Amino acid sequence: MPPVVECIDLRVRFGKREILKNLNVSLSGRIIGLLGPNGAGKSTLIQTLLGLCPIKKGTAKVLGYDIRRDIRHIRSLVGYMPENDAFIADMTAVSFVRMMGELSGLPSESALERAHEVLFYVGLGEARYRKLGTYSLGMKQMVKLAQAIVHGPRLLILDEPTNGLDPSARQRMVRLIRDIRDSGHIHLLLCSHLLRDVEETCEEVLILKEGRIVHSANLEEERQTNLRFVDVETSGDEAGLTAALADLGCDCTDVRPGRFKMLMPEGFELRDLYQVAARLDLPLQRLNYRRDSLEDIFLKAMET
Amino acid sequence: MAVYKQTYRHYDGRLTAAWLRFTILSQFSYAHLFQSRFLVLFMAVCLFYPLGCAAFIYITHSIPLIAALRFRPNTLPPIDGTFFYVYSVVQGTLAFLLTTMIGPNLVAPDLSNGALCLYLTRPFSRAQYVFGKMMVLFSLQSLITWVPGLLLFSIKTGCEGWAWARTNAWLAGAIVIGPVIWIIVLSLIALALSAWVKWKIAAGAMILGVFFGGAGFGHAINSIVGTQYGSVINISKVMHTVWADLFRHGFMDTDLTTTEAWMVLGVVCVLCLGLLAKRVHAFEVVK
Repeated sequence: MPPVVECIDLRVRFGKREILKNLNVSLSGRIIGLLGPNGAGKSTLIQTLLGLCPIKKGTAKVLGYDIRRDIRHIRSLVGYMPENDAFIADMTAVSFVRMMGELSGLPSESALERAHEVLFYVGLGEARYRKLGTYSLGMKQMVKLAQAIVHGPRLLILDEPTNGLDPSARQRMVRLIRDIRDSGHIHLLLCSHLLRDVEETCEEVLILKEGRIVHSANLEEERQTNLRFVDVETSGDEAGLTAALADLGCDCTDVRPGRFKMLMPEGFELRDLYQVAARLDLPLQRLNYRRDSLEDIFLKAMET
Repeated sequence: MAVYKQTYRHYDGRLTAAWLRFTILSQFSYAHLFQSRFLVLFMAVCLFYPLGCAAFIYITHSIPLIAALRFRPNTLPPIDGTFFYVYSVVQGTLAFLLTTMIGPNLVAPDLSNGALCLYLTRPFSRAQYVFGKMMVLFSLQSLITWVPGLLLFSIKTGCEGWAWARTNAWLAGAIVIGPVIWIIVLSLIALALSAWVKWKIAAGAMILGVFFGGAGFGHAINSIVGTQYGSVINISKVMHTVWADLFRHGFMDTDLTTTEAWMVLGVVCVLCLGLLAKRVHAFEVVK
């Protein structure tokens, strides 16, 4: 099975500014998270995959199809939920979603049937005959999702799907994303600023910074292999404690007065830390044991 | 009542032909436009003059009717190029009003709320988008201009016989070509201005401004500078010059030659297409 997204020396330039710089990556996860700070090139990458940005060099493949040659076919396989407002204010949700279905190639009757179906699915069944101009922000997000899945795409691209949603609406959106993922028929590319959204849903993650890939990993594998560490707070001599721990093979980083972060090597137990502290007669005020979260992975990637 | 399963379902049914999808935009636009009773009424009013013309053609060929109405046959205007020139001017003016009414409703709502990216991320091109929207204007304007014009030509042929039709075949060509050019120019101006300002009301005002303002400025330039080239920005006058040539109507007080008029129309179309190419994008690049 071909990778969902594959970039081969991909370069995109707007005027003199290079937005995407020599991207080389192959992503095959069922749901891929696209992360990066503002201006990292996430939206440009999505637009490039949809054939909306001129490519300077290289190419990319979506579901095995080249974006230079087969862009019309790619667009028929992809559903796209944009970040910004995208609706026609004086259309009802059902006719809007139906029209989008028909534009993707569905016959009129099928498009109407599926428009009703997906609007019920995203929770807008009761409001489907209301004009989109009267919808709240959360409802507009749901309509954007509905129009993106009405034609049953093989790849669904979601650009900031939880933007502007209240906590319950956000939860509903995340639940829908998981449900779509679990249907097994579809791959998802999720672009979000909210690490929590990506962490809760994604299997694979691609982190961009200034148009370059700074990290690309399978989240599940990363979680399993990630280093365990402890945030330590002490009111005594942290320099002596870090030196003693270093003798036991522990790397201590991020040392600040009274606190530091200790990476636990294989076989090291917390009991060993207590014993060192007891030997040095140092009071341990707080220990916070955890594994690397996506936030740590992201922050680490941003430092590179 | 229909019951819908609340699960995501993949679609693997048949798909429609890609090249025909521009008609989907037209279908949805018709459905939206004809919700307005005013538009339906206006379309009906637009057919009054062609009906009057049809009645007139019939009367001029019915000796009992002419006698009953006490017309003198020699005083009735002939059904010739001038007759159809006047017909085109009247119906062309109504087509302009129709464009002002519906043109801004077609593109501006898509652009003002960013819906364009949803069209263009589907297997659907920018050209298909513009063509689909233009089809709406083209078909509705055709219904009140050259289609009834050709019917009038057919009625005249029915009354006079095929010999008349053969002699005046050029007139049939002018009846179609003249209004079609006007429709294309009007549609492009309406779509380009709507795409530019992205606001229905402002777009409507700008379409009126281009025609009435252009006429006023053109006249002012002619008067102040003492030239006739101010008329190049008077699009109605430019079009009348082309029609006068097509319908072999010799009484037109025109400032421009036919070639100049054709060139002006060409430039207007190119400018409008350029503006559409610049504005009809899935995303705007902010510099």
